[in-house]
Amino acid sequence: MAKKVAFIQGNEAAAHGAIYAGCNFFAGYPITPSTEVAEVMSLELPKTGGKFIQMEDEIGAMAALIGASLGGAKVLTSTSGPGLSLKQENIGYACIAEVPCVIVNVMRGGPSTGMPTGPSQSDIMCAKWGTHGDHPAICLVPASVQELFEETVRAFSLAEKYRTPVMIMPDEIVAHMRERVVFPEPGEIEVINRTAPSVPPEQYKPYDTSFGDVPPLAAFGSGYKFHVTGLNKMQDGFPTTKAAIVQAEEERQVRKVEANKADIMKWEEYLIDDAEIVIVAYGSTSRSARYAVNAAREQGIKAGLFRPITFWPFPEERLLEISRKTKAFITPEMSLGQCNGVVKGCIEGNAPVYGIYHVDGEPVSPDEILNKMKEVK
Amino acid sequence: MSRYELRFSGAGGQGLITAGIIMAKAASIYEGKQAVQSQSYGPEARGGASKSEVIISDGPIDYPKVTKCDALLAMTQEAADKYSSDLKEGGVLLTDSEFVLRPPKGNFKHVAFPIMTTAKEEVGREIVANIVAFGAMVALTGQVSRENAEKAVLSSVPEAFLELNKKAFTLGYEKALAASA
Repeated sequence: MAKKVAFIQGNEAAAHGAIYAGCNFFAGYPITPSTEVAEVMSLELPKTGGKFIQMEDEIGAMAALIGASLGGAKVLTSTSGPGLSLKQENIGYACIAEVPCVIVNVMRGGPSTGMPTGPSQSDIMCAKWGTHGDHPAICLVPASVQELFEETVRAFSLAEKYRTPVMIMPDEIVAHMRERVVFPEPGEIEVINRTAPSVPPEQYKPYDTSFGDVPPLAAFGSGYKFHVTGLNKMQDGFPTTKAAIVQAEEERQVRKVEANKADIMKWEEYLIDDAEIVIVAYGSTSRSARYAVNAAREQGIKAGLFRPITFWPFPEERLLEISRKTKAFITPEMSLGQCNGVVKGCIEGNAPVYGIYHVDGEPVSPDEILNKMKEVK
Repeated sequence: MSRYELRFSGAGGQGLITAGIIMAKAASIYEGKQAVQSQSYGPEARGGASKSEVIISDGPIDYPKVTKCDALLAMTQEAADKYSSDLKEGGVLLTDSEFVLRPPKGNFKHVAFPIMTTAKEEVGREIVANIVAFGAMVALTGQVSRENAEKAVLSSVPEAFLELNKKAFTLGYEKALAASA
């Protein structure tokens, strides 16, 4: 049978990806340029028996996500810039309480209200450090409508597998452009659900590390009772200030992602093997970069593209390896050097890292990247 | 690799974003090519000049926006003035002859006919001017077959208006051919 295809917007694809992954709860507060995610969820979720709630604000939406997820639901919210800032307190809560949830953040100009309709990539550090304290961070940055669908499915699996919030962050261009999407059949993309407890309620502890770094999570209402708090906690979920426990728990929470980087990281290398100049770009900017790399190759410039699909954790070991035979890096981005700093931070000074920065609501054009390559060659 | 860039422009509310979507859909769903559509967004899309851009290619499309425009539709003078500077040499410009009185000059083919009036008087509804224009763009650009373009139109409009849109598409297609002959 022919697969179902549709010509849809990035935001619509994210919503359909969530439904494919089994999402059955959405809470959000509409904000440009992410509104279509909520719009499609409000239409699709009732059809599959799920629940859609428009909350009073963004932090309330995040709180609703935590509650619904603890009740066993697979949960999604969508927002943009200022909304991401407002969610941060409860994102931290989800990190420490280890509650799976998926957050779509469509990147627009900032800070604050900034440029609501302009594309941006300036939330990338906020995805990692927006909420205070040491915590794990997973952030996915797709570059096409199909990839946005597929990465949203993966975001759910990662959130469930590692009991942690996962952010999926298309820039406004990827979120609003339309492309053909081929919908995978059920089962074609792996969907991972959280591990349920194997012990009876009286023996259950929500942070029982005898089951490994990611303890099984019971659903409230299924007979399992446990304590959930934003304070540092013991294995039974009750607060503690005991130094050894707090240290070990904090380290474990971060280790859930750090020790499983190989499973979480995903990137694409294009013409890297003999490249002298490597462009590091993600999202829609990587599409400008690919165009520029092809144009450069036609002019005899040995250029290549390194495209993170998972931005956090960043594929730093691989980039370090590449940097040993690279003459120069260029980071075109719709932010003032956020990606540039990350690249510099992992290549141990092996090559200069030049930036091209746009925060004017315009994409970085292929010509700008090509001209920069000629300049640094 | 072939890369063909189109821009549909006019006033916000004229349905040009829809026209662009239908073109991209015709190419990527019915013609078996690849296509990306994007559009002006925000305040500029709600009045004043508005645009919808479509890239069509036989292979993967990287940069999703227009670099050098192969084909431009301008329904208004403002759109013609604002969006014609990157029209390619040898490209094609389609304008509404009653609204674009000072068409941009350049080394490209210019085709004009009364698009709004055709919709209003020959099809019977001004609202389908975008489909008249779409039919004309299909004829002038040759990126998708007439048959596939029509399928894309018919799968994109409400059932009650199939005949109306079919007529609009056919008239646009034929008038563009006649005007460019």
